[in-house]
Amino acid sequence: MFKPFKSFAVLTVVLGLMAGCSSNQQVEEDPNANVTPTPTTTDTGFTDPGVSTADDGFGAIADVATVFYFEFDSAVLLPAARAALIAHAEFLRGNSHDVRLEGHADERGTREYNMALGERRANAVRDFLVLQGVNSSRIETVSYGEERPVDLGSNETSWAKNRRVELSYK
Amino acid sequence: MRYFGFLILMLGFFARPVWAGLTIEITSGMDNPTPIAIVPFSGSNGLPEDIQAIVSADLLRSGFFRPIPKTDMIAMPRSQAEVFYRDWRMLGASYLVIGQMVYAGGSYQTQFELYDVLSQRKVFQKQVAGTQAQLRDIAHAVSDAVYEAITGIRGAFSTKILYIEDLRRPGPGRYRLTYADADGARDRVLFASSEPLLSPAWSNDMKRVAYVSFETSRPAIFIQELATGQRTQVTNFEGLNGAPAWSPDDRSLAMVLSKDGNPEIYTLEIASRKFQRITNHFAIDTEPNWTADGRGLVFTSNRGGSPQIYQVNLASGRVERLTFEGDYNARPRLSPDGKSLVMVHRHEGIFHIAWQDLKTGNMRILTETWLDESPSIAPNGAMLLYATQHQNKGVLAAVSMDAGVKFRLPSKQGDVREPAWSPFAK
Repeated sequence: MFKPFKSFAVLTVVLGLMAGCSSNQQVEEDPNANVTPTPTTTDTGFTDPGVSTADDGFGAIADVATVFYFEFDSAVLLPAARAALIAHAEFLRGNSHDVRLEGHADERGTREYNMALGERRANAVRDFLVLQGVNSSRIETVSYGEERPVDLGSNETSWAKNRRVELSYK
Repeated sequence: MRYFGFLILMLGFFARPVWAGLTIEITSGMDNPTPIAIVPFSGSNGLPEDIQAIVSADLLRSGFFRPIPKTDMIAMPRSQAEVFYRDWRMLGASYLVIGQMVYAGGSYQTQFELYDVLSQRKVFQKQVAGTQAQLRDIAHAVSDAVYEAITGIRGAFSTKILYIEDLRRPGPGRYRLTYADADGARDRVLFASSEPLLSPAWSNDMKRVAYVSFETSRPAIFIQELATGQRTQVTNFEGLNGAPAWSPDDRSLAMVLSKDGNPEIYTLEIASRKFQRITNHFAIDTEPNWTADGRGLVFTSNRGGSPQIYQVNLASGRVERLTFEGDYNARPRLSPDGKSLVMVHRHEGIFHIAWQDLKTGNMRILTETWLDESPSIAPNGAMLLYATQHQNKGVLAAVSMDAGVKFRLPSKQGDVREPAWSPFAK
């Protein structure tokens, strides 16, 4: 009398694609940046500058922060975030890349409220980029609330690392 | 004779059980639990389920009872004629339960009797029947009847729970929506995903479950039919799609959507696909829960500066604040009698589950654990389940509404969270 149980496992490669965006580029020496090129750690472990022939253009913001932090129950951008976002906005004005902003919260408090808080944080970053002249149609925002912590600890240091927005280029 | 036809339908859906399982660790009990002797039923020897152990565990977990160990019993009466009250008075028992099980025509016919040892009288004699797959249900039916006869409160031992498990390793089955008995037994995975799942909610007729899934790479609300496993995506908006809550008649879902620029509460009439906006404020409004008469919603809002609980009248749109103590009150759940509220409450930096009397406004913290969230009240209003942390893992815990009884349900595998206690089966 038992009916077969359908497997509801859902495979997704979205995150795999997401992870590829910001870390898979070669850092070429850029005379304007005046920065010693550092091979970035990529998923493919590909660090030989001599092999890549195309500069995919991410050199200008290679050293700029892509994670922005927040205080508890707050979506107010901190000064460090503003400085980095100005650089990202300038970069975006020179190309046609799209941007994905993922908002997060630490584990304290309730899950759905934290979804809203994550969204508030992503929106704060988006609104700042828009103010800097980036067209909002190029910006995608998603909140993961407390569902995707980078640090599983339950202390102030861990929580501070989780209250963040992550920016990635598409 | 009680008939468990509904359960046969439910069990037919599930495949072989996945042995993940929640265990139960009792952390504190009531001050003076009533001693009760549950004698192993005649004819129950060697069965795949230990009826006496399940009934004893149910009654122990309620906090009202202290079951007398089998090993202390000097007699094992199988019928009224074999009951000598003096034996049980000597053991200190206030109540005695005996029973007989007879296997006939594919079902276990069970007769069980409750005796008041001190007044020396039979309280009741009842029958229940079930197949071998329903032995646990027979035991829970016994627990329900005994509990109700003595406490006057309807037993919730035959109810079910939903919860989310995070196995913490990437892969297609990382997040699981799991269904189990109220004591954690007979767990079944309803849906598994590599992406987060949140906010499981029972329909009141227990035929469907609503929940939030990130499988489309954004949070969206799904409804799944328990009997068939069929899933329907009911929202696909940009931004938040969350916190689904069934109306008392199961025709609508309340939810949070931020499609209009800001997290607001909406209701969706499921059949007509018609959305109605309920809140209109620039603050975060989320986590709605219906009142029993279907005329209002309680919800979380930080319109006052920090999260607090509010109530909205659906007809007039009038919003009233309910919580005034503390700087963080969220995720409200109304008690079945509508007289009180439980919520997540922050006190001195620690997130507890608190209870509030809606008439007087008196608030009481129920839990001693911290990082508490997602309280879910049993349909008899006597106990609630919630999620917390223990030894760096997410676990479920339970506490009675008067905070006298506490126990923990850790999982053998990953983090467990977001419990949803079912309604009573109709």
